[in-house]
Parts: sequence; C-alpha cells; structure tokens
Amino acid sequence: MASTKKTEVGAAPDPAASLRRQRVRWGEKLIFVVLVLCALVSVVTTIGIVVALVSPTIDFFQQVPIWRFFSTEEWAPTFEPAMFGVWPVVVGTFNVTFWALVIAVPCGLGAAIFMSEYASERVRKVVKPTLEVLEGIPTVAYGFFALTFVTPLLRDNWPSFLGEPPGIFSAGSAGIVLGIMIIPTVASIAEDAMHSVPNSLRQGAYALGSTKRQVALKVVVPAALSGIVAAFVLGISRAVGETMVVLLAAGNTPNLTISPVESIQTMTAFIANTATGDIGVGTLKYNTIFAVGSLLFIITFTMNYFAARVVRRYREAYD
Amino acid sequence: MDEQPDKTSTADPAAEPAVAPPPAPAPEPVAAPGPGAPSAEVLKAEQLSVYYGPKLAVQGVDMTIPTNNIVALIGPSGCGKSTILRCYNRMNDLVKTARIEGKVLYHGADLYSSHVDPVEVRKHIGMVFQQPNPFPKSIYDNIAFGPRVLRMKVDMDEVVERCLHQAALWDEVKDRLKQSALGLSGGQQQRLCIARALATSPDVLLMDEPCSALDPVATARIEDLMQELRKLYTIVIVTHNMQQAIRVADRTAFFTVEVPSDGDRYGVLAEFGDTDQVFNNPIDERTKRYVSGEFG
Ligand SMILES: Nc1ncnc2c1ncn2[C@@H]1O[C@H](COP(=O)(O)OP(=O)(O)O)[C@@H](O)[C@H]1O
Ligand SMILES: [Mg+2]
Repeated sequence: MASTKKTEVGAAPDPAASLRRQRVRWGEKLIFVVLVLCALVSVVTTIGIVVALVSPTIDFFQQVPIWRFFSTEEWAPTFEPAMFGVWPVVVGTFNVTFWALVIAVPCGLGAAIFMSEYASERVRKVVKPTLEVLEGIPTVAYGFFALTFVTPLLRDNWPSFLGEPPGIFSAGSAGIVLGIMIIPTVASIAEDAMHSVPNSLRQGAYALGSTKRQVALKVVVPAALSGIVAAFVLGISRAVGETMVVLLAAGNTPNLTISPVESIQTMTAFIANTATGDIGVGTLKYNTIFAVGSLLFIITFTMNYFAARVVRRYREAYD
Repeated sequence: MDEQPDKTSTADPAAEPAVAPPPAPAPEPVAAPGPGAPSAEVLKAEQLSVYYGPKLAVQGVDMTIPTNNIVALIGPSGCGKSTILRCYNRMNDLVKTARIEGKVLYHGADLYSSHVDPVEVRKHIGMVFQQPNPFPKSIYDNIAFGPRVLRMKVDMDEVVERCLHQAALWDEVKDRLKQSALGLSGGQQQRLCIARALATSPDVLLMDEPCSALDPVATARIEDLMQELRKLYTIVIVTHNMQQAIRVADRTAFFTVEVPSDGDRYGVLAEFGDTDQVFNNPIDERTKRYVSGEFG
C-alpha cells in the first residue's frame, strides 16, 4: 500500500495519470464491512437463538416424552407432581391473541382506510408518524394501563347478560390492551399497502360511478388485501410474543379456556415467571422454559414466514 | 387480427332490434339517442374555464358535441385537452384545487348545478384512461364492477357477454372470464376497460389518449371498435396523434396554448369543426400551422 501513497504524493500534471486510482478508499471498505456486520447481527442472533434453544429442548424431551407435552391437558411443571401438558399455555396465548384481534382488526383496518383514503394529505402527515410513535411506548406501560384502567372499567360496567364479570386478572383485559397496542403496527403496515394501490384504479372506479366508500372497500382494500393480511399476521406475532401486558394483566393461572373473563397464563408469561435467578441450569424446570420457548419460536417464525411471503407476492403485483 | 366477425356481431346500424350481439338486446344505448326526447346535443360547454388553484388552465371553451359523433380533441401537450375532457364527467372534482367557470350542459342540464351528484354524472358518461387500468380482479368481475356498485338489476352474465362483444374482446377471453384481467395484453386490457365502461350503459364515452400506451396493431383494433361504438354512443377522444383524429373523428377540436406577455400560459380552443375542414381547410392561423406540422 506504500506504493499507492507515493503515486498520490507525486501526482504529475499529466491528465491521463490523474485518472489512475490514486489510493485504496479505506473509508468505503470500512463502511462496507460495518454494514455487512450490521446485517449479520440479526442473522447470527437468529441462528444463536436456535442453537441456544435446541440443546435444552432436546434434554427436556428426553425427560418428558413429546406425547405427554402435546396430549395431556394439565400444565404444572413447577409443582409436585409436575404436569407437562402444554395446551393450557398455548391456548392461553391464543385466547389473549384472539381478543387482541377482535380489537385490532376493525380498528387497525379502519385507521388504515381513514389515513389512506379519507384523510387529507396534511392530516395523514401528522397522524401516521404519531401512530408510529405509539409503537414505541414501553409495553409495561400498557400492562399497567390494562391492570389499573381497563380491568376496573370492564368490571364496573360488565353487562349482566354476559354472565360473571372478569376477575382482577383476565384474558380479556390483557387481550383488549394488546389489541390497542398492536393497532399502530397493523394500521401503519396496512396503510402502506393501501397507499401503494395505484391511483389509476381509484380513478377507474370513480369513473364507473362509485362513491368514495365503494372505491375504498371494493377497490383499494381488495387490491391491498395481501398487504393487509400481512399487517395482521405481524400484529398477531407481536401479540403472541408479548410478555409484559399478559404478565401484569392476565394473571398467571394455566387455564385451558378461551373465556375472556378468566385468568390465564400465556407461554411468554410462563417463561418470564419461571426464569428467575434461583433456577438451576440443566434442571427439568430450566429445560421446560426452553421447550416452551422453542414452541413459541416455531409459532411466531412460521407466521412471520408466511406473512413475508404474502407481502412479497403483493409487492410483485404492483411494482 | 380479423375484425370481421366482431364488426358484424357488434352492431348493425340499419336494424335496431338486431343491434345486439347474439345473446340479448342492448336497450339503453339504443334508446338514448333515439328520435324525440334527448337532444342532438349531448354535451355542450359554454364559456368553460378551468382553474387549478389560482392558475388558469383553460379559458373560455365553447364546444357542442352532437349525438353519435366521435369528437377528437387535439393540440400540443399542456393545452388542457384532458382538463376539458374531465369536466364532462366531473372527474376534475377529484382534484382538490380544480375549479370551473362557465357551464357544461348534458342534454341541456347543467352538470355543475348544485343539485347534481357527480357520482350520478359518471353513470351516464363513462371514461377510458390513457393507461389501461383494469382492477386486479377477474375479467368478469372487472365488467361486473360498474353494474354492481350501481346496484343495477341486470342479468350479469348477459351484460358481461354483451360488453365484451361490443369491445371486440369476447372471442379472445370467453374461455378465461374467471382469470385475472392483469394477464391480458395491453391492447386487450384497454378493450376490457372500454367494455367495463360500457357495462353501466352510459351514452357518452370519454377517452383520454386511449391508444398512447398501445402498439399500432392494438391501436387499429381500438379505432375500428370506435367506429362500431359510435353507432350507439357519443365519443369524445383526446389524442396527440393527428392521423388518428383524421381516421376516426367526425369533428375535431384544436386546442392551443396562449402565452400572454405578462402572465402564465393557458389553453384555449382555437378551432372546432368537421375533421375534414379542420385539417384541410383550417380557418385559424394556429390550426393551420399545427396541422401542417409547423407548430413548435
Ligand atoms: N391536477 C392538476 N393540478 C394542477 N395543474 C394541473 C393538473 N392537471 C393539469 N394541470 C395543468 O393544466 C394544464 C393543462 O393540462 P392537461 O389538461 O393535462 O393538458 P393536456 O391533456 O392537453 O396535455 C397544464 O398546464 C397542467 O400543468
Ligand atoms: Mg392529457
């Protein structure tokens, strides 16, 4: 490299010579390497997670047969006698996720339609970043919001024809707040999909005598459908993986139910609750956390994978 | 590229009941320009000026469009052809800043009167755009879209078949009606868009450079098609192609740009007359220069 430096110093006023590569652009190379490393961080982490999960999970299934994991109905891995039927926490997760979707599907879609089709450009420029800021609110804040605001609200105003009101800890309260929490994610991604529907389609529909509502619901939403579905799947993944809200508001009672009024435990809540400092590495309790973690990983990974495929397909349709 | 079967099947001007293609009659479009009630002047602009925000785009257009005619709007780009065309079905309402002065009459009724619903206007006056813009739905659903949003009580299969016949597309797509319209070629897509516009039984078709994205073969098909359609509909077409205007139009409107010394340029209607006269015997100096190719 010393020789290149020399060329630089002795650069003659010869025009052809001035075109020669004068030195290696170390800055460029450095940036390239840094950027590649950045990209690798997430890939390596994913691989690392899988590796870290695999070995304790295998240990777990050597101690607890896989059929017992999936075909018994009681989840009490930390009690004596320990029970390892995983369904209560899986169903608990989907219980909360279901109620989250009951809130997030209509609100997220409504917000997306409003921003994309009804809001003026000025309103949109304010609302969209605001929604995206909401994504950054710490989830523990949502947890306390559920516990101290939504739960009392539900308990005090529970219509009697719906039966027993929810308890202090309930799947419904946690689910509703999770739903509110993922509205920004869902709305923002769905809005992106709807916004990228070409204007020529809207014009075509208007020219056929459509009203604004018909343009939105019969042209824009169907055209953006795969993007909208992807938005929901990503929202579901967030809800499934969320820990703080369910830990605080849904209780911690493994419970094979889809009722919103009961206390339940989710997979994440189980993990967070069990992974305390005094847990011994290599114990069955320890391995259980990893087995549940693996299952959670597989569930969210599968959903994200399909969401990504759907998103890719809808991109191809319009680019 | 044999147009013959389409031509004979699409319409026969001599015998009205036989107008329709095989399946069933096409009552509405035939009835519209019939003798009596509807005027011979379908559309009429009176001192029509259009502004975008404070900026004048086109000034003082007087133009009458007779029934069952093809009227071509020609002129250099930016002279306001699309702007004027979009006044006829109030598509300019979709541009927030757009504003008009003057009048646009449809069978004598003011389209911009306060109790006219622009959505209703577009039921009667269809539009075909420069770029084919089929919906990402099946061929069938594309054509059924208009009748469905308008809740027209029609036999949908019959409408789809009739419109595809009228747009000379039936033979090419009859076996793939349920497939996506996005799989059609550009020329087929544009004919699908024409068929789609016909499905709501309008009596005017506005076309904004419908062939500019198409190759010459597809263009020739659309031009043939227009000749068939003019028996049933009134057509206003914007084109940048003077040869096309000569080939298809009964009457031609030539727009040009005024460049006042002290302000912004705006479009005006320089000449409007029979196509033959406008191209061979123009009265206006600017038209003369433009049609002879001297215009800058
Ligand atoms: N949506 C719009 N907003 C502002 N100005 C416009 C808009 N559409 C057209 N114009 C202006 O109006 C004039 C006429 O445009 P247009 O009708 O598209 O001309 P043409 O179709 O003859 O090329 C041009 O100066 C153009 O810049
Ligand atoms: Mg134009």
